[in-house]
Amino acid sequence: MSDPKDFVAVVDSDVRKTPRRIAFITKRTSPQVHVKDEERVMTYPEVFFRTAVAIQVLAIILVVISLRWNAPLEGLADPMHTPNPAKAPWYFLGLQELLHYFPPVVAGVLIPGLVVMALIVIPYFNINIEAEGLWLRDKARRLRIFGIVVVLFCIFLAVFDVWVALVPTLIVAAFMLLAAQTPPQTTRGFRGWLASKPLSFWIMTWFLFELVVLTAIGTFFRGPGWSWVWPWRA
Amino acid sequence: MANTLDRLADQVRENRIWRSIFRSGTGESNLHRALTVQQNVFLHLFSVKARKRTLEFRATWYLGALTFGTFLILVITGILLMLYYHPSVPQAYADMKDLQFVVSSGVFLRNLHRWSAHAMVFLVFAHMFKVFYRGAYRPPREFNWVIGVVLLLMTLLLSYTGYLLPWDQLAFWAVTVGSNIASAVPVIGAKMRFLMLGGTAVNANALLRFYVLHCVILPFAAVVLIAIHFWRIRKDGGIYPGESPAEGDAK
Repeated sequence: MSDPKDFVAVVDSDVRKTPRRIAFITKRTSPQVHVKDEERVMTYPEVFFRTAVAIQVLAIILVVISLRWNAPLEGLADPMHTPNPAKAPWYFLGLQELLHYFPPVVAGVLIPGLVVMALIVIPYFNINIEAEGLWLRDKARRLRIFGIVVVLFCIFLAVFDVWVALVPTLIVAAFMLLAAQTPPQTTRGFRGWLASKPLSFWIMTWFLFELVVLTAIGTFFRGPGWSWVWPWRA
Repeated sequence: MANTLDRLADQVRENRIWRSIFRSGTGESNLHRALTVQQNVFLHLFSVKARKRTLEFRATWYLGALTFGTFLILVITGILLMLYYHPSVPQAYADMKDLQFVVSSGVFLRNLHRWSAHAMVFLVFAHMFKVFYRGAYRPPREFNWVIGVVLLLMTLLLSYTGYLLPWDQLAFWAVTVGSNIASAVPVIGAKMRFLMLGGTAVNANALLRFYVLHCVILPFAAVVLIAIHFWRIRKDGGIYPGESPAEGDAK
């Protein structure tokens, strides 16, 4: 180190955020700097404070709701008198809607079991790890498989008269086709965004869409004998 | 005035008794802030530092934190409600009426518990989809995703067991519908339903079982899993910062 120009001394002045550090980068041992250090904050107080504020806001909203609307309470439980319709809690009404079409072992056991299994294994399959757009590679073959799967699934739903699940499936399929028709060089706008989406995105979006639609139908559109009713005419 | 308060607070925190409880001591330095987190049995589930990017609202929408917030509200209101509740037939329903007409703020307490429960179910789902769409489930965070799925099931079970406790028509028939689904499981379905209800129909035994599940077993399991869920965030390199080469420098 006889030559003073052999190294550069850097002092990070932001002591509150990062500890003071001095780096000696010599020409002989120049380390490769891959990434810039990310800006970090102290968990205490920064993260705890933000979290506390978020929870406070939520608590205020819930308190206001609780002051304004009363929780439902009906008459004393009576095993002799079945209300029509007897509905499960709202988050199970998607399943109860499916019970209307399929035998209990399918709608009540097989489908929720498969959903839970599918959710658990998501991070263990490479198909869910890769983030490449579905149609960017091998498009012709993937379109063929996509077509066969969608047509067979739609026939299956139509046979069981599950129109409420068929319509969301067709809508998602239409968006997938729109993404497939998008020229690969398109990277901007809505279509560019669609084209960049991997298969896992499409499957999850389809699942979310079905979940919302089935739950909403079970909650608002089903009346006595699980018949279709319009909520605004009730 | 503010200075006096600050000095007073410092004096309290430098006190021998205080120091014997909280080991980290006082100070404005980052070292002391780090020790505050690191030397506390509960707080040390979290990392000492966090990437600033991950704290922006758009990164997480704070959905995980909010879910935990509803859980806290539910624990507090739930314990208070337990003081006024007997898990027996038909006293359970009479207790609902007492909450309504006799207990001070009883209606408010029950409302807050009920609406927070709905909010928690909704927020858990929202949190899950947000995590998925950000890609935050990818390695090395895959096991925390699995714990999250189990916590989702815990939340549903907590909500479902709580649904029966008011012992009104709504509660009774919602749980009857649900328990009938359990009996559709091949081979062991009927046995499972019997185990769940403590009988062949939703009755006083079922109410007691759901009460024990709702107030003891499931909350305990949820607390343990939530602790692991938080701790795994630290162990897996902090909150997912998004697609970036900086991902590799997690500590």
